[in-house]
Amino acid sequence: MQLAEKFGTMMVALLAFIAVIGLILFLVAVLEKRGVRRVAWFFVGPTALLLLVGLVYPAARTVVRSFFDAANDAFIGLDNYSAIFTSPDQLVVLRNTVLWVLVAPFVATAVGLLYAIIVDGARGEGFAKALIFLPMAISFVGASIIWKFVYEYRFYDPDLAVNPQQIGLLNQVVVWLGGQPQQFLISEPWNNLFLIVVMIWIQAGFAMTILSAAIKAIPADIVEAARLDGVSGVRMFRFITVPTIRPTLVVVLTTIAIGSLKVFDIVRTMTGGLFGTSVVANEFFTQSFSAGNQGLGAALAVLLFVLVVPIIVYNIRQLRASEAR
Amino acid sequence: MNGTRTRRGYKAAAAAGAGFALLLAGCSGGGGGDDDSTAEPSADCADFESYGDLSGKTISIYAGIVAPEDQPYIDSFKPFEDCTGATVDYQADKQFEQQILVRAEAGNPPDIAIVPQPGLLAQLVGTGTVVAAGEGTAANVDEFWDPAWKEYGSVDGTFYAAPSGASVKSLVWYSPAQFEENGWEIPTTLDDLQALSDDIAGTGIRPWCAGIASDAATGWPVTDWMEDMMLRTAGPEVFDQWIAHEIPFNAAEPTAALDAVGGYLKNDEYVNGGFGDVTSIASTAFQDAGLPILDGQCALHRQASFYAANWPEGTEVAEDGDVFAFYLPSETADDRPVLGAGEFVTLFADRPEVQALAEFWSSDTWANIKAQASSELTGGGWITANTGLDQENLVNPIDILSADIILDENAVFRFDGSDRIPAAANSAFWKEATAWITGQSTSDTLDKIEAAWPAS
Repeated sequence: MQLAEKFGTMMVALLAFIAVIGLILFLVAVLEKRGVRRVAWFFVGPTALLLLVGLVYPAARTVVRSFFDAANDAFIGLDNYSAIFTSPDQLVVLRNTVLWVLVAPFVATAVGLLYAIIVDGARGEGFAKALIFLPMAISFVGASIIWKFVYEYRFYDPDLAVNPQQIGLLNQVVVWLGGQPQQFLISEPWNNLFLIVVMIWIQAGFAMTILSAAIKAIPADIVEAARLDGVSGVRMFRFITVPTIRPTLVVVLTTIAIGSLKVFDIVRTMTGGLFGTSVVANEFFTQSFSAGNQGLGAALAVLLFVLVVPIIVYNIRQLRASEAR
Repeated sequence: MNGTRTRRGYKAAAAAGAGFALLLAGCSGGGGGDDDSTAEPSADCADFESYGDLSGKTISIYAGIVAPEDQPYIDSFKPFEDCTGATVDYQADKQFEQQILVRAEAGNPPDIAIVPQPGLLAQLVGTGTVVAAGEGTAANVDEFWDPAWKEYGSVDGTFYAAPSGASVKSLVWYSPAQFEENGWEIPTTLDDLQALSDDIAGTGIRPWCAGIASDAATGWPVTDWMEDMMLRTAGPEVFDQWIAHEIPFNAAEPTAALDAVGGYLKNDEYVNGGFGDVTSIASTAFQDAGLPILDGQCALHRQASFYAANWPEGTEVAEDGDVFAFYLPSETADDRPVLGAGEFVTLFADRPEVQALAEFWSSDTWANIKAQASSELTGGGWITANTGLDQENLVNPIDILSADIILDENAVFRFDGSDRIPAAANSAFWKEATAWITGQSTSDTLDKIEAAWPAS
């Protein structure tokens, strides 16, 4: 009965949605004869309204909220922001976010670029590319669970007759090589790098695909001319390939950098931000919804926004530049 | 729930079932089955006469208790429904703790909610939608419960919600067979516990196993450990002051208590049997933490009565079975502090039928009907701190042990403190307790939780 009720509600919502869209389209059709400008307003209007209600207003509220205390009672000025930059716990969060933004984009792009060049024109190129592209199809949460199993730890004591079976792939390899199993997700600060590996695993495929397309688009005459001048191997890569695909490289780098800045799922799923692995997005969630400090949570959200905006602006500019070519 | 019963358990279950059926039969008089009911059909309904005729009234209940534990609840209201004519509509889902706040704030609460934490009760009272318990309910609670329980159902001096079920956290799980083989005795004082741990460590295994990983709530088992130790080393009065933040979170007593826990959980000789070194506590899921007891890789595991559900299928949970539990002892054998938890029957409507059901719910009659229904339908797994509970109605050995502990005359019961402190402090408590396991010092840990306590 409850299900039927919910289904009914959903149907009503769907019908209402169709009715509204139908009304807009009808009005557009009527007004189309009177002038293009009015029609444009009909399309821009709903979008602008929804943006205003769903994005601009909450963003403004969040900014205001970040100047208030945990219970939203008292105005405390910039205290939340100073907490982010002074409290030892929050400084660890900032350090980790910086680490993510520095390591993940560069390594993922480097791996993707190398792979693209190595498999370029080789036999079975499509298959080789599919292999590295596949992780892109997995959600961050799914990938995190897979890697959590890879890092899983069981103790190993050589003096014991029977030891528990290692169920983590990585620790099993370590044991085979004669080493001691490691707590990859707990030992600070290296655990951050083991989390970043997951991001690289997912994003290398994205980098490879885009860069491979860019490499194939390098005009043959440039390559030909370089060859005639006796350039090959590393120098070809350094002086011909990289400069030609530079705008694409920048777009790939910045796109992964934005993803790394906003990373949440991987940290949440694998460590919950414990053991010194929290990042800004995760800390924002924890402070807002678990610790009940919505002021600090809002300040972290605003900080994240401020950090992402310049990269997005740069990203869009480069995207235009690469399209213009 | 744990899939195992002793022979005695089966007999008791059958007896309880029969008793329950009789009670139902007695109460169904007045309907079409008038002729079938033989012995005093109105005798049982006499208890319900004071509630009056509630025919055609409906009472909605919302809870986080889902299948299969919901059925004993639904059945426990049957006598009330049959005798008064009212209808009880029980709804439950696992998102209860978030949803109830949303529903209360949106002005769409149920008539009654089963709230599992005093902290959440206080939050709900803060929304202005909760109705105080009636006089009949208050009288029942005065009669059948330890005064501490009434306190947990009160906010700012007003008594709102009567307790319902309860659980005991001060338990240590062990293997009776392993104890017998090695000649180990159940400890009756903290010193004994220490000596036993040394004994076991001497035999080459690490005596304790622990695990605190629990997704977003990682760390909570350490907070239970610390609260149990606080009750034992500092006493219930200081414990209350500590939870009420009348003494700082990082005062001398809590520091001593956490250090005492560290004597067990951060002692490489003592942990982590079956899992590795101290840090493996942080990465071991709390559900798995006690399992090495079954392979003899570990001997002791401190966890609440509900851990009974975590043993694998076919494990016999009994004093002469595969695993059982003993009371975590205090400094002397006569001190009986008990850490536990429970649920509270919170009302959002003042209608007579709602108050009537709440009054019935707080009575000894209901407690026994519910215990019988749980014994019959889910093999137990439910107890209450209602002193009117007849222990004959319990079949599960852990339930019987828990009821013995909680209803003991010398028992000093305290509700889990982390369920009562502000959300920000609780969140920091979990987080810093985890950091403490992976190496943070006791003083840093308590200082950080103190700093996270919201100023008020």
